[in-house]
Amino acid sequence: MSRVGLIRLAVVVAFVALLELATRAGWISSYSLIPPSQMAVAAVQILLAGRMLDDILLTLQNVAAAFVLAVVVGFFGGVLLHQAPRLRRAVDPLLASYYAVPVFIFYPLMIVIFGLNAWPLIIIGFLFAVAAMVVNTLDGFDRIPRVFFKVARVQRLSWTAEVFQVTLPAAAPYLFNGAKLCVAYAFIGVIAGEFILAGAGMGYEIAFAYNNFDNRTMYGLMLLLLVFVTTVNMSLYAWEQRLQRRRGGR
Amino acid sequence: MTAVKNLRAAAEPPPGEASDVQAAVRGVTRVYPAAAGRPPLHALGPLDLDLRRGEFFSVVGPSGCGKSTLLDLIAGLAPASEGEVSFEGRPVGREVPEGVGVVFQEDASFPWLTVRDNVAFGLRRSGLPKAEVAERVDHAVGFMGLAAFAEAYPAQLSGGMRQRVCIARTLVTRPRLLLLDEPFGALDQQTRLLMGDELLRLWRETGATVMLITHALDEAAMLSDRVGVMSRRPGRFIEILETGWARERDSRVVSDERFGRITARLWSLLREESLASIEAGRSK
Repeated sequence: MSRVGLIRLAVVVAFVALLELATRAGWISSYSLIPPSQMAVAAVQILLAGRMLDDILLTLQNVAAAFVLAVVVGFFGGVLLHQAPRLRRAVDPLLASYYAVPVFIFYPLMIVIFGLNAWPLIIIGFLFAVAAMVVNTLDGFDRIPRVFFKVARVQRLSWTAEVFQVTLPAAAPYLFNGAKLCVAYAFIGVIAGEFILAGAGMGYEIAFAYNNFDNRTMYGLMLLLLVFVTTVNMSLYAWEQRLQRRRGGR
Repeated sequence: MTAVKNLRAAAEPPPGEASDVQAAVRGVTRVYPAAAGRPPLHALGPLDLDLRRGEFFSVVGPSGCGKSTLLDLIAGLAPASEGEVSFEGRPVGREVPEGVGVVFQEDASFPWLTVRDNVAFGLRRSGLPKAEVAERVDHAVGFMGLAAFAEAYPAQLSGGMRQRVCIARTLVTRPRLLLLDEPFGALDQQTRLLMGDELLRLWRETGATVMLITHALDEAAMLSDRVGVMSRRPGRFIEILETGWARERDSRVVSDERFGRITARLWSLLREESLASIEAGRSK
């Protein structure tokens, strides 16, 4: 492990150790926070007992659906806007102020449109994530050096060959970044939606445990969620770093 | 000798093509249409030019005189507003003709590909057997002095080496006409001189016709058989200068007294044009 990696690990371990100490020594009330070791035990028990497996799977399915939808629609939306400069000029201010809109207010509307099922939450997660993909797709295409397209013409590439052999590889770092943000936003959208508005899922179970002063379940679920999100994001981050190292940041 | 044969095959004229003129420009103009409240811009011409088979021809001129536009027209990368461009007797349309290779001023190496894959990119649509592709790529990589870096990515190379990757990518296609748009513009003077030597070696060994766009008078004087001097915009040739160098030459010609005379002549032709070009820019 690199020196920076060791420092990062040390910071996390020190923080967890401090929390453990603070909760065990009674500096923080156990009604507010349980020791991290107990959180870990609770998380393992939740998984082994399988009592919330349906909720966990439901959340992961919803996040996956929102993510895929956001990446696909965001990518093609970005392509469309890139090809239509006038439309882009019209839409640009809306994209810039997109995250000022609290998309959760549309949840009742989503229920009216899609019914009482998983789709309203998936759409909330999608709405949360899609703009990041659109913006990154536009950014990626904008930053492709014009000379690459000249090379494609000199090499007499067909339109499809140009797209797959030049355009997409050149824009890949930005597309990848868009997808990475979509993972984070899809998790936030779906979990927050479940927390406030749903009757099932990890977010709902966390809220239910909170309302019933069931700290072990609440913190166990929170830890599980943290592990999921961190694992996915760290994997994407490591992959991105590997790609960036090859390109030397170009 | 295999190496030389490997590259030379490209420069042989196609069957039935015996003319001494490889590319011809006849009465060509380029006018950019009015856009965004700006009037139409007459960038180039009318001008005529014959590129002789196997020669090294350089174009110099004031900034903005249309040098790169001329290259784009010959390459088929931009259409002429008037006149005709032909390559080996066939009119050049909106597509780059087979047998024409172009190296640009900007770094055009693909950062996601290794040096070897960048060079092989030139042959992706060639339909050649894998073994021949590998042979040509290995040869071009070695010829450009990149063998030790074949598996490196462009980000790991210097600017000069990246430009050599781009030249190698063009070389594998065995162009009969090699168009170079200020390929050494971003390099330091020493590297440029050395790259000039490599370019001369490449030109001799491939037998290709080379047209080099450059703003460096010494580069043009050192490398070329002929130098076309362009006027300020709209660019026209005000003189085409024969240098009289032997085919076997390298950057050491800079110490030849004739080099000084050629450079001085180029500057005397260009000085007034450059001053007028700057003055025109100020008055806008």
